[in-house]
Amino acid sequence: MSFASKLRTAYDVIVIGAGPAGLAAASTSAEAGLTTLLLDENQAPGGQIYRAITFSPLKNSPVLGQDYEAGINLVSSCEKSGADYVAGCTVWSLDRERVVGISRDGEARLIKAERVIIATGALERPFPIPGWTLPGVMTIGAGQTLLKSSGLIPEGRMVLAGQGPLLWLYAAQVLRAGGTIEAICDTTPLKNYIDAAPYLPSFLLSKYWMKGLGLIREVKRKVKIINGITKLSAEGEGKVKRLVWQAGGRSGAIDADVVMLHQGVVPHVNLAMAAGVKHEWDNVQACFRPVLDESGNTNVHGIMIAGDGAGIGGAESAAERGRLAAIDSVSALHPDALSKVPARDNVRNALAKSMLGRKFLDLLYRPTKPFRIPQDDATIVCRCEEITAGEIRASVAIGATGPNQLKSYRRTGMGPCQGRLCGLTVTELLAYERGKTPDEIGYYRLRSPVKPISLAELASMPQDDVAIKAVVRG
Amino acid sequence: MNQTADVIIVGGGIHGCSTALYLALRGYKPLLIEKDYAGRHSSGVNAGGVRQLMRHVAEIPLSIRSMDIWDKIQDLVEDDCGFDSHGQVLVAENNDELAIMRERVDDLNLRGFTHEELIDAQELRRLVPAVAETCPGGVVSRRDGAANPAQTTTAFRRMAEKRGARIIEGVAVTDVKRAGRDWQVTAGDETYTAPILVNAAGAWAGKFAAMLGEPVPLEIVAPMLMITSRVPAFIKPVVILRGRKLSFKQFANGIVMIGGGYLGRAYPETNETDLDWTKLKDSARTVWELFPVMREATIVRAWAGIEAKMPDDIPVLGKSLKHEGLYHQFGFSLHGFQLGPGTGYTMAELIATGHTNISLDAFRPDRFTMHYQETRQ
Repeated sequence: MSFASKLRTAYDVIVIGAGPAGLAAASTSAEAGLTTLLLDENQAPGGQIYRAITFSPLKNSPVLGQDYEAGINLVSSCEKSGADYVAGCTVWSLDRERVVGISRDGEARLIKAERVIIATGALERPFPIPGWTLPGVMTIGAGQTLLKSSGLIPEGRMVLAGQGPLLWLYAAQVLRAGGTIEAICDTTPLKNYIDAAPYLPSFLLSKYWMKGLGLIREVKRKVKIINGITKLSAEGEGKVKRLVWQAGGRSGAIDADVVMLHQGVVPHVNLAMAAGVKHEWDNVQACFRPVLDESGNTNVHGIMIAGDGAGIGGAESAAERGRLAAIDSVSALHPDALSKVPARDNVRNALAKSMLGRKFLDLLYRPTKPFRIPQDDATIVCRCEEITAGEIRASVAIGATGPNQLKSYRRTGMGPCQGRLCGLTVTELLAYERGKTPDEIGYYRLRSPVKPISLAELASMPQDDVAIKAVVRG
Repeated sequence: MNQTADVIIVGGGIHGCSTALYLALRGYKPLLIEKDYAGRHSSGVNAGGVRQLMRHVAEIPLSIRSMDIWDKIQDLVEDDCGFDSHGQVLVAENNDELAIMRERVDDLNLRGFTHEELIDAQELRRLVPAVAETCPGGVVSRRDGAANPAQTTTAFRRMAEKRGARIIEGVAVTDVKRAGRDWQVTAGDETYTAPILVNAAGAWAGKFAAMLGEPVPLEIVAPMLMITSRVPAFIKPVVILRGRKLSFKQFANGIVMIGGGYLGRAYPETNETDLDWTKLKDSARTVWELFPVMREATIVRAWAGIEAKMPDDIPVLGKSLKHEGLYHQFGFSLHGFQLGPGTGYTMAELIATGHTNISLDAFRPDRFTMHYQETRQ
């Protein structure tokens, strides 16, 4: 039987993404009796943070740490809640009328909802250094995916570079799993410690600091750390051979078979932007973030955002934001059922508590400009079309004022990644060159399909009455 | 502060920019005001078709003049505009369609137009090897092709400026009124004055025409396009259909653009559009049937642009019948891109000399009114 035949043509609530925010939103909504559909592109629930929570070979080992286990509870309450769940599906479209386009196994459908909660989380910030496209250079996020789902550590001499909590967490996980790391090139500038210092007291109230400090100590005992890195390039012929670094006046090179880069995560905005959700530039996190009310409502009626896609807050706050969005949906669609969901104030308090210390982390791990805006003209910015920073600067010179004109000049952002790997770099590079703010420059105009859909899937979509009425109504 | 110009052009699409360039070449100091940036809407995001094929008879002289300019586009704007000339082919899906095409080509030949050429199944297969074997023939226009629309519009904008036009972008015209024999145009905090005004505001032109007391039945539409992943090169000309809505073009890098005029929803106040996937599904279905080679492809992008469509699908072009010094240049109804260069040339000729060698009678702004229709009978 096809997956779509088991689904309704319309739901009260569709939740997109089965990480902590999506799991919490879907279970809260379904427990209140709303018809709820949870869609996820992975084969199993958990999102990035709890990836492979139900089947990881490291599930019960100490490698991944206790926090990873917290995902188990979210998954089991979602399973019991009565929400419909589709794993391994692609959500390729969402519009202002809340029609969601999905596909799986060669079938595509349009499904309508009264509320759509986008919980598509975060992705890693681009880290455009010379040589970052060489085979052997990968992101720490990709490394962690490999570790969680397959228990694998890349073979060969490994060097980590960048900054952020995930870097230290991954380093500790690699060491616990018996791996070795040649060196860590820490790009956190001294200035960030000064900027973050005023927020240290609230950070000390959070549970991050003990854990974070513990992780860093654990790693520092076994790995050589090079602090204050100001310049990086990956070098090698056809494959990475070494990471060359500068730190103020010092410099050096580390032989490596694998270079893993990371400088934090940013909201994944593609689906929300394609649905017409308004975003604004967050100058501390240096990324675009949706404009939301306190429940997670966007400017588009009925479309909400929860989790790291709403602004980076981590797994615990993601789950609380998921609950808040679901409670708001229950109160709008089925207020009689409010007694079946947690009290809004309690969830808000829990959210505030989970956000303690976030400002400290944001300021401490804010990547420096040279690592966000490539200084070297030869550095590739758009990986899909192999467009360099120099070519983008040249386009500005002949009249490209924003990312959308750049698309037609250079095809940046038009490849399979749809700007995920270059969007922020392009915005900041153009803003810098033109002396404007990132808000003035804006982002790529995004459209569905936000993920590719096959021609055959689209061609075989049935003429579904409900979906068509829903689309035409606007 | 009041500023003056020889001509004020409202709208920075291919048409406004082309008219600005040709006026500047004739020694005028035109001022072009664009509310977003040049080529932001349909001129920058259309399928890029440079097509004489299947045009309304009234448009053919203008289209041929345009084609002559396209052939030497580099000389005019110092940019190749991404123009390639691999022809455009109209595919007949059955013998009935082929018969209608034969009649059309015969009729054009009688009128002295020879750019459309009837082809049999063999020549069709030679030009378009991947087309379904059931197609019995079609029509080719060999000089036709496709260009990069944003690159083209920007090149016209840049060259217009270089030749002496002044271009203001990011400021919307909010008011237009008469001041003696002049036009007074308010945009942002400024007022601009000129004896001549050109309404080339695309989807927004109907608003200005109405504001100036010359309303036209303009519909604002959002035609949709899709782009596929790269597939092995299999087709050079642009392919269009007669019965079903499809235009089809493969680029040098292997990606394929699928269009044909299915409409999404336009929100002209906010510059936004929504795609209608139930119609894009029909597009995908047509491609799936006609080009089996495409069945493994994926759709990686889709979009829609906002533009103006007239009830008879031909533009409003030429002198206003109500005001001295007002000219219209809009309503190109989903096929205005190719006409841009030739129409700019013709409008500049009309403004400078008071007449033009190409008849613009079919494009009069009053052709939709009762009075006009009665006098025609």
